[in-house]
Amino acid sequence: MSNFSRRTLFTTGLAAAAGASGLAVAGGLAKRYGLIPPDSSGPYGPGETLTYAAQRVLTSHSMAREFPPSEISSPPFANEVAPLGDAFKRLQAGGFADWRLAVDGMVARPTLFSLAELKSYPSSDQITHLACEEGWSYIAEWKGVPLAHVLDRVGILPQAKYVVYFSIQQDWWDSIDMADALHPQTLIAYGMNGGELPVGNGGPLRLRVPRQLGYKNVKYITRLTVTDDLKRFGKGLGSASPEAGYAWYAGI
Amino acid sequence: MGDTAWAATSAAAVPARTVTARHSALVRVTHWITTLCFLALLVTGIEILISHPRFYWGEAGNVNTPALFKIPIPASRATVPTGYGYVMPDQNGWSRYLHFQAAWVAVLTGLLYVISILVSGHLRKDLLPGGADVSWRALSAAIAKNLRFQRPSEEEAWSYNLLQRLTYLFVIFVLFPLVIWTGLAMSPAIASVFPGAVSVLGGQQSARTIHFFVSVFLLLFLVVHIVMVCRAGLKNRMRAMITGRAGSDKELA
Repeated sequence: MSNFSRRTLFTTGLAAAAGASGLAVAGGLAKRYGLIPPDSSGPYGPGETLTYAAQRVLTSHSMAREFPPSEISSPPFANEVAPLGDAFKRLQAGGFADWRLAVDGMVARPTLFSLAELKSYPSSDQITHLACEEGWSYIAEWKGVPLAHVLDRVGILPQAKYVVYFSIQQDWWDSIDMADALHPQTLIAYGMNGGELPVGNGGPLRLRVPRQLGYKNVKYITRLTVTDDLKRFGKGLGSASPEAGYAWYAGI
Repeated sequence: MGDTAWAATSAAAVPARTVTARHSALVRVTHWITTLCFLALLVTGIEILISHPRFYWGEAGNVNTPALFKIPIPASRATVPTGYGYVMPDQNGWSRYLHFQAAWVAVLTGLLYVISILVSGHLRKDLLPGGADVSWRALSAAIAKNLRFQRPSEEEAWSYNLLQRLTYLFVIFVLFPLVIWTGLAMSPAIASVFPGAVSVLGGQQSARTIHFFVSVFLLLFLVVHIVMVCRAGLKNRMRAMITGRAGSDKELA
């Protein structure tokens, strides 16, 4: 063996060892600071973890861009949804007077909120961009109560890590971490462009998460569950999206 | 890196019919990792494009707003009016996962490559055009030579000509950074941290449109690159990029 190849072998080995231990340290740190997404197993886990961890570190306090009213898309596009069931139609016939939002899980006071109650709380308005993973987008004015306000009313326990949210539509649920759940722009939205939130856009209640793509903004929400462990929901991947092949984190 | 020196930079020093080091190990490894990533990004990029083959300018755009232009193909979403009456299978889930994973590998590999060519002198010696030959005359001469399908002399084949140098520099320092930037500008989370990086492009839909055109240019580069490698001698050039060594015989020219 020549000097040259021995040295190459040595440096390559050293680099590999440094790389492996670096990865192990990074992995430990990422886990400790909650930077590992729930769908990190599988072939695309490394990429997902890098994306989620990098964006979480960068975006912990960033605000989604807001636009002037002149930028509002007209008419707003309403993406198709699965046919609305009988339960929804009954509530719709009653003007959604009986629509309830249950908030439970790791909270001090599990509560059922009516639409009227949610509308009586301090509201927040935003003109923000909603982009679909398909490539289209629209800008609309959203009105609602900040999720943080509702979580504050029910009193979340200190070990809470995620908020899981469910639609009245079967098998449609998702979750966000506390950075997004407590973010001032994350709304339980009930209004759009100065009126009620249209059914096509998620009325009467839609979770609005402006720093993530459209599919995290689940329509027709009826229940929020605060938790410290996503393993207990569905297949344990964090939401219905990874079960259908889509990433849990949709900041990109 | 320093060991596998770029021995063949001086054409005069190359005796005929010898085997000479041509590409350093780092250049070869990063070349093939980038190749794999590019192919993954290309295929998944096309899959993502199929879900909405319409392009816009500005911040927002959807089927209710006029398109800047459309790609005349069926979509993988029933909501897009393409006029085909046919909906392609939805491949967006794994395509998005793989697109971002390949992007991470490509970006990290690219960083390693750029740092290494700065340190090793490969950038200065082999890619930056020497002061003397940067002129329109030299450039047009190089283009004319290519258009006449003239094979370079054995001496010339050992170093990159002006046209090659400018093309590689353009791909490495313009197209790759631009495709990364426009890709990140489409991310709502990144837009919240660097709003200026989106508005300077004209908006998120403009970023998507520019991302598409830069990808087309990168694909064009790939096609020309493969054609030129075939013209210069596929076997020898492949050997050079895999083993690092190239025989100095006629095939190389």
